[in-house]
Amino acid sequence: MDAMLHISTLHYLVLGAALFLLGVIDVLTRRNVVVVLMSIELILNAVNLNLVAFSRYWGELHGQVFAIFVITDAAAEAAVGLGILIAFFRNKETVNVDEVNLLKW
Amino acid sequence: MLFLDHIWLIPLLPAFGATLMFLFGRKLQKATVSAVCVGAIVVAFLFACGAVWHYTNWASTPENFHRPYQTVLYTWLGTDTGHLTYVLHDGKSTAAFQADVGFLLDPLSSIWLLFVTGVGMLIHIYSIGYMAHEGGYYRFFGYLNLFMFSMLTLILANNYVLLFVGWEGVGLCSYLLIGFYFHRKSASDAANKAFIVNRIGDAGFLLGMFFIAWYFGSLRFTDVTRLAHSGQFAIGDPIITATTLLLFVGACGKSAQLPLYIWLPDAMEGPTPVSALIHAATMVTAGIYMVARSNALFVLAPTSMKTVAIVGALTAIFAASIGLVQNDIKRVLAYSTVSQLGYMFLALGVGAFSAGVFHVFTHAFFKALLFLGAGSVIHAMSGEQDMRNMGDLHRRIPVTHWTMFIATLAIAGIPPFAGFFSKDEILWQTWTSEGGAYRLLWIVGYFTALMTAFYMFRLMYLSFHGRPRMSHEVEHHIHESPTSMTGPLVVLAVCSLFAGFLGWPHSLGGSDRFAKFLEPVFAREAQVLTEQGRAAQVAAGEKETEHTTSTEYFLMFLSVAAGVVGWGMAWKAYRHADRGYVEPIAAAPPVYNTLLNKYYVDEGYDYVFTGRRKIGDTRLGVLGLGEASAWFDSNIVDGLVNGAGWITRLTATISSWWDKWVIDGVGVNGPAILARMLSYPARLFEWGLVQWYALVMTAGLAGFVFYYVYH
Repeated sequence: MDAMLHISTLHYLVLGAALFLLGVIDVLTRRNVVVVLMSIELILNAVNLNLVAFSRYWGELHGQVFAIFVITDAAAEAAVGLGILIAFFRNKETVNVDEVNLLKW
Repeated sequence: MLFLDHIWLIPLLPAFGATLMFLFGRKLQKATVSAVCVGAIVVAFLFACGAVWHYTNWASTPENFHRPYQTVLYTWLGTDTGHLTYVLHDGKSTAAFQADVGFLLDPLSSIWLLFVTGVGMLIHIYSIGYMAHEGGYYRFFGYLNLFMFSMLTLILANNYVLLFVGWEGVGLCSYLLIGFYFHRKSASDAANKAFIVNRIGDAGFLLGMFFIAWYFGSLRFTDVTRLAHSGQFAIGDPIITATTLLLFVGACGKSAQLPLYIWLPDAMEGPTPVSALIHAATMVTAGIYMVARSNALFVLAPTSMKTVAIVGALTAIFAASIGLVQNDIKRVLAYSTVSQLGYMFLALGVGAFSAGVFHVFTHAFFKALLFLGAGSVIHAMSGEQDMRNMGDLHRRIPVTHWTMFIATLAIAGIPPFAGFFSKDEILWQTWTSEGGAYRLLWIVGYFTALMTAFYMFRLMYLSFHGRPRMSHEVEHHIHESPTSMTGPLVVLAVCSLFAGFLGWPHSLGGSDRFAKFLEPVFAREAQVLTEQGRAAQVAAGEKETEHTTSTEYFLMFLSVAAGVVGWGMAWKAYRHADRGYVEPIAAAPPVYNTLLNKYYVDEGYDYVFTGRRKIGDTRLGVLGLGEASAWFDSNIVDGLVNGAGWITRLTATISSWWDKWVIDGVGVNGPAILARMLSYPARLFEWGLVQWYALVMTAGLAGFVFYYVYH
């Protein structure tokens, strides 16, 4: 069939960019802190996707190795973020990001 | 020459007695105390007689003719190593400071030695009876012996320093003995007064001594006399005048002359034997001894001699005038002592050294007798001392009465008693000295003699004659004193009668052995004074005078007349004194009160010197000046200092204000305030929202990306 689409690197990049964009928008606009953390994970995974795509393109493993690092880093960051979340919840009884405004003048 | 070689034993015997009393006295019996202490003085007296006897033998041999006998035990101050060498007045020669424990015996000290030990012995014997019922018996005799030790050291010393040691020692013993009844405040005050006033004189003495050491290079009497005789110093030498005046200040303190006599009347607070021994016969003559010993120096300083004579005469009449109205029997005698000491200094001042010494000699006898007799009267009157409460005692205590009568005749100058010869000699010398320059002083001395006779016979009549004025219990107890007391009285009365014969003047056919004996001491002075035309008759065997013997007879008659007239006036006024007797002088109350209050001299001193008087809160006198100076210093001078400090504080305050408000306020805080003010708008961007921060971050990131992509 000629109408069959060939999935090239470009498709992966676009997907990665889209996920990245979604993640950024969610970080900026969501009210729930847990969802913000999840969207940060989304950003990181989008970056992973990008890295792996280029690794396939160039035929080298550098991208994949870096992706492993990013996954590890994302895990640690999630743990810390959840710790902060728990501490925040203990103090304020809420998970609304808008409530984190003690530095407001 | 047994006694002479061991002359150092004479002072040591009473010192031994005093030490024994000091160490063991409390535990000894009264009899032991008497035996030791009185025995020490008796032995000392006999020893002294032996020493003088040996001395006269020794000094009559050709090689020792008229030399003083000197023996040095050891060098007390100073060494031979030359470390104490100092430069003399001429700036070139040096001398080594040296003062030894040495003893000198010459005619002058022989006379003093004999009467001090003799009268001292009699008074010690008297004290056995007088102090028999008093407490502190051993203490009394210990002090008396200590006094004898000091006095003998003073007399026998061969240099000024050892004399000064004795001088201070007698001052100390005077203090101890005047304050013997220390429980009485008046007694301890009097003791303080005596010692302090004495000390003032001692300051003069010390300065005089330093001058002598500096000027003559030595402090020994023999050296000083030799140098003074050597003619290298001019008559009227200013240093020697200063020295002799300073020495005389010391003598004024010790021998109670104006203005330092004030301690002697108060010293009557001590027991009567003390008054007799110390303040009549011995200690007060120490000043005269010192001046007589320094006669070589005084002759070189006519100004000093004039001063001595004038002070002596003035003291004599001053004290006699006070004695006219005193009511305490011992006070009258005290002022009499001051007055007679004035006579002695008058004699020394006009150059009649041997006449002065002769008066010291006779005065010791009759004054000691008067004091001991007064003690006997007080003893008989159970302690009463006020003559207004006595009277009609002559039948009840006859021995006391007759011995005191003899002494009164002696002091009034009635011949042939002792006082006549000595007093008349002084008056005669005063009249003729320096061609009659001292005639005014003769008049002063004459009126003093008149007053002396008056107040002494007043004492006699008020105490022994007239109607009895005492209370009945006292009258009941009147009794003659025990033999231990009356014995010395009789002995002294005999001396008062016959001692004058030693100085029987030439004009009456005598040989004046006394003055002849003293010739070796005063002969050079006689020569000097004659050369200067200043002498009349300084020593006996003395040659021509400008005045005829008839003048001398006339003056002799006048002085006897003074005594008789004084006697007569007292007889008239007091012979029949009964309870309401009136003092003749009381007819002029201002005069009477001034005399009764001793010319208010003590009050005057109190105002000027002691600083005990205040007006409101301000202190008067010299101490008041001190207080005023202290006030000035603490308020005005310190006020200035404090003011400077205050100004400094003020400057500091201004500085700190400037620093706090201007520098800190404007300079430091200003930018901070500015920063804060600028922060207000800046703060508006801080909403505290986390997602806003994230948005800004993202925007910035996007901006970078676009920049790099499109450029």
